[in-house]
Amino acid sequence: MERRVLKKVWAIIRKDIITELRTKELFTSMLTFSLLVTVIFSFAFGFSTGLVRLAIPAMLWITFTFAGVLGLSRSFALEKEGNAVLGLLLTPTDRSLIYFGKMISNALFVFIVGMIIVPMFVLFFNLDFTGTLLPLVPVIFLGSVGFVAVGTLFSAMAVNTRLREVLLPILLFPIIIPLIVSAVKLSGLVLDGKPLSEGASALQLLVAFDIIFIAACAVVFEYVIEES
Amino acid sequence: MRKALAAVTFVLMAASVYAAFVYAPTEPRMGHIQRIFYIHMGTVWVATVAFILVFVSSIMYLWKGTRRWDILAYCSAEIGVLFLTITILTGSIWAKPVWGTWWTWDPQLTTTFILWILYIVYLVLRMSAGSDTKKAKFAAVFGIIAFIDLPLVYASVRVMRGISPVVFGPGGGGIAPEMMHALLINLAACSLLFLLLLMERMDLERMGDELTALKTREG
Repeated sequence: MERRVLKKVWAIIRKDIITELRTKELFTSMLTFSLLVTVIFSFAFGFSTGLVRLAIPAMLWITFTFAGVLGLSRSFALEKEGNAVLGLLLTPTDRSLIYFGKMISNALFVFIVGMIIVPMFVLFFNLDFTGTLLPLVPVIFLGSVGFVAVGTLFSAMAVNTRLREVLLPILLFPIIIPLIVSAVKLSGLVLDGKPLSEGASALQLLVAFDIIFIAACAVVFEYVIEES
Repeated sequence: MRKALAAVTFVLMAASVYAAFVYAPTEPRMGHIQRIFYIHMGTVWVATVAFILVFVSSIMYLWKGTRRWDILAYCSAEIGVLFLTITILTGSIWAKPVWGTWWTWDPQLTTTFILWILYIVYLVLRMSAGSDTKKAKFAAVFGIIAFIDLPLVYASVRVMRGISPVVFGPGGGGIAPEMMHALLINLAACSLLFLLLLMERMDLERMGDELTALKTREG
């Protein structure tokens, strides 16, 4: 039973990865965007390293969020082209499996972009950090998961409205505030060379956010996915 | 029946104004500005009830699929936003002389602010979603997700500030019995006003439905 479920979810993930490998649409746009934001930030802060150092955690997550929204908005827009979503819906599976498939592939893309943004920041802002940045990996992972848990649901909704992709950030940003707050807090700790355990409450919040919204969104997903 | 409710609401509203401005004693430390608290509490109470209603009726709508629940959710959200706007405005007016600022990012205020934005987004979503059933389903989903988000928002604001919130009740700790009376009258008046507005608004929505049905039938 579990193997069959996993296989179905994997089929969707695999489809998304192959599409991405062939078109390279998402990564090109998300990474170019991140690079541009980095440039804008460095101009906006007037190259004063003191300011940048304080603002880095926030800048990191702002870049991540906006780049992520860019990718997410394509997620279901892509399915709408040629009404591919109909194909997904016709497959004899539970709708929540479609959600998990799309969510995991989105999470994967967003996570990779996050992992690229960090060294980019280190490079361009001459980041001097104490200790290791390795604890950032779980933070970005948990951040990505929570972000796409809600984002995948809203992406499916947004493409079916009049405002289309414009609506996605409007729906998503107020909801993910707890996620961003705790992720910024934890990233700040890591950059200061402090252990994650010092931000235990932020970490708990981040994990709670992920679990609550994966469960809630998987349940309500079947009401928003539809053929056009 | 509706007329009687309207009449009672009117009388109670008048009484609550009298209670807030004349009957209740002047708070010694804050002075007259404290009187705004009665309407402040009344509206925030209504907004809370309204948003809980949105959550419950959104779930019921997804479950049952009847238009009744959708209308209730929508109208409730609209009135909730209206009352929360009044809450924020009155709170701001109160805060200026007492705290010396119109706004501060204290956990309660921040949470209220995000709550306000969430339900404005809910209304934006309703406007933007196309056909009726789709609109209703999307809104219901957002209504549920937004409500689940609230405790997390509150926790996150505390994480951000690293402080625990202080509850500013009317007059701090114990309050005079007259103040309590004034507060209760205000709560009752606001509740009835909410009920009245909700019923009227839902009627309006139903009439809109009827009109659309007639139009499609007549071509």
